[in-house]
Amino acid sequence: MIAEAGLAALWLAGALALLQLALVTLGLAGSKSELLGAVRSVAVSQGVLTGLAFLLLILLFLRSDMSVMLVVTNSHSMKPWLYKFAGTWGNHEGSMLLWVTVMGLAGSAVALFERALKRETHMATLGAQAAISLGFYVFLLFSSNPFARIDPPPPDGQGLNPLLQDPGLAFHPPTLYLGYVGLSVAFSFAVGALLTRQVDAAFARAMRPWVLAAWVMLTLGIVAGSYWAYYELGWGGWWFWDPVENASLMPWLAATALLHSVTVLATRDALRAWTVMLAVIAFSMSMVGTFLVRSGILTSVHAFAVDPERGSFILALLAIYIGGAFALFGWRIGAVREGAPFELVSRETMLVVNNLLLSVILGLVLIGTLYPLLTEAFGLKVSVGAPYFDRIAGPIALLLLIAMAAGPLTRWRRDRFGLVAGRMLVPGIVALVTLALVVALAWGRIGILPLLGLVVAIGVGVGSLAPLWKRNLRRTPLFTWGMVIAHLGCAVSLGGMASDSAFTVEKLVAARPGDTIETADWTLYFDKIMPIAGDNWTALQADMTASRGGGKAIAIHPQSRFFASPPTTTTEAALMTRWNGQLYVVLGQETDDGRWQIRIWWKPFVTFIWLGGIMIALGGVLALIGRERRGWLLKWRARAAA
Amino acid sequence: MKAKHQRLILALVALAALIGAGLLAASALRDEAAYFYAPNDVKTKGVEPGKAIRLGGMVVGGSLKRGADGVTIHFDVSDGKATVPAQFSGIAPDLFREGSGVVAEGAFDAKGTFVATNLLAKHDERYMPRELEGMQYNETTHEMRAQP
Repeated sequence: MIAEAGLAALWLAGALALLQLALVTLGLAGSKSELLGAVRSVAVSQGVLTGLAFLLLILLFLRSDMSVMLVVTNSHSMKPWLYKFAGTWGNHEGSMLLWVTVMGLAGSAVALFERALKRETHMATLGAQAAISLGFYVFLLFSSNPFARIDPPPPDGQGLNPLLQDPGLAFHPPTLYLGYVGLSVAFSFAVGALLTRQVDAAFARAMRPWVLAAWVMLTLGIVAGSYWAYYELGWGGWWFWDPVENASLMPWLAATALLHSVTVLATRDALRAWTVMLAVIAFSMSMVGTFLVRSGILTSVHAFAVDPERGSFILALLAIYIGGAFALFGWRIGAVREGAPFELVSRETMLVVNNLLLSVILGLVLIGTLYPLLTEAFGLKVSVGAPYFDRIAGPIALLLLIAMAAGPLTRWRRDRFGLVAGRMLVPGIVALVTLALVVALAWGRIGILPLLGLVVAIGVGVGSLAPLWKRNLRRTPLFTWGMVIAHLGCAVSLGGMASDSAFTVEKLVAARPGDTIETADWTLYFDKIMPIAGDNWTALQADMTASRGGGKAIAIHPQSRFFASPPTTTTEAALMTRWNGQLYVVLGQETDDGRWQIRIWWKPFVTFIWLGGIMIALGGVLALIGRERRGWLLKWRARAAA
Repeated sequence: MKAKHQRLILALVALAALIGAGLLAASALRDEAAYFYAPNDVKTKGVEPGKAIRLGGMVVGGSLKRGADGVTIHFDVSDGKATVPAQFSGIAPDLFREGSGVVAEGAFDAKGTFVATNLLAKHDERYMPRELEGMQYNETTHEMRAQP
């Protein structure tokens, strides 16, 4: 009954989305404005129903109900409960249900909490949100039904891909989807504003918190995914330029650009058309990413099921929504009045530079991701990997970071070049000193890109603190703190990346129990190999100790795990974190003469990559609270008074 | 400066950035895109040493040998028509074994041995490197050919 109830909730939610769209269309275009009164409650009910359907699917997984197809193909009764729970979205159908759930809940939130937007635009936005949701309901119900039964039910399920059996599965997909799909709100806002021709500063102020919230979640989701891949895959890398990673990076780049242009629109009423365009692009990139991942065009742990029918379905949705939004844009943008002008040397221009560079990186990543698909159409099999992306994205990202340091030091509307340069003097000197030091100490031993990365990271790190100089720190507004912390986070993250690629020490050996291995300033003692067993796996575990510079020896246990259902082996790297880096040890196979392959990395400051990412997200949260707190307080007081 | 001039300048800068980015992408793709070769392509077309490519095929039965250092392996990759010697230093994927499909990333050395920097084997029973789709391995002859 649970599965049927879930399916019914989904159908009902789909019907409500249709109703919502119809109400808005009739209400706005057919001038039956009395119909608009019902839109908000319909949107909220739709969100509640999707949430209910999602909870019911979780329940089916927790109960290991083997009469449900999805549970059979992706779960197993012996699995620990956390992976039964998180396994709900570790498959195609479940993750698409998560997608529509986030979309439905985001629609509810817009219906409930959005007060700043003009009523007409608000309604048009909810109509657009319903229209997008509708397509995904159809997709879910007709080609990816998560509640389908299987008769007769098998005795047990096939299990979840062991690579996914990790606490990361409980955190990474939901946060990523909150961001990824949360961007649909910005898309709907843009469509709504185009329909009602109300693109102005007030519109931007209304849209900004939604963009910020989605961007924060997307940032956290990417950071979590990167760290998960880093420790789970055992290759010692934290970003592989896998098409699936690019699929999450591209919406992030667009959302980051949007975040900055929406501030220009909100503060200075400039960049109207461009901001609307970016809002459309950001969610379009989310949909393109979904298509790439779910169509089976790519092979990766994220491509759950290869099914061309689903691919064509998503492609059709893409064409309708992206094509439709751009057609609307082309049709209506002429009616949007020109925004406020600004001088060439001004904060506005710096933010345009930011947007331009982000868009260029986005375009280059998109080209690199799609290129293999293009050549395959001509019968050429090509793969585009890290060498391409590092070479093109690296230098532009460095330029972007320099602009990022200069931007906050430039005044709105009009500034003088000499003054801006003067404010950049101290960070510039710091960068030059760093350059001299790095060149003197490490020239020839590290690549040019990591070298520049270190220099820019330190210079920009100092520069990003500059907006706080000579200010009363207690009186500095929260959103300024947010910006400073986020920008500093970018520098910290870049520093981690540069340090990792410049200074990582790697050692690959075959060792016998009883051997001692020396690498960097670490001494590892390989004691023995022990078989151990977990809930649904067995493993060979190396008992080792690691000590640094003759210090205290600490036990570490790299493992090679074997899962029976489905039969798979995974490596569980042993990580030891120090403030200035991480020791990463992987146990490989046994050789014919009784030795064991062991791979060791010492990665100086590698943790800064994710620390910086968390700072970026924290900056977003502070900016969100800083901007919105006053509105929330006023609302709360008004409610208390009433 | 008039608003129109300023817009024009911005548009020109954006256009220049776009063209520059396009050129950059084209040149980077020409240099860095790794082409996929089957052993027979290597034999017929030839690949210059040092050029990064992906080599795909089946690991020939009986060809897998471990070096004395315990971390280097030597093996032959075949597509049924031609065979190429290859070597790899590192921890090979668990499902990498004789008779299994493999896609190796790396380059040829001067002697014609393919030095792999990364091996992509089947992750699990369901996963197959894309380039090997539609190929079938013959258990007895240790040969791989395209499916009819």
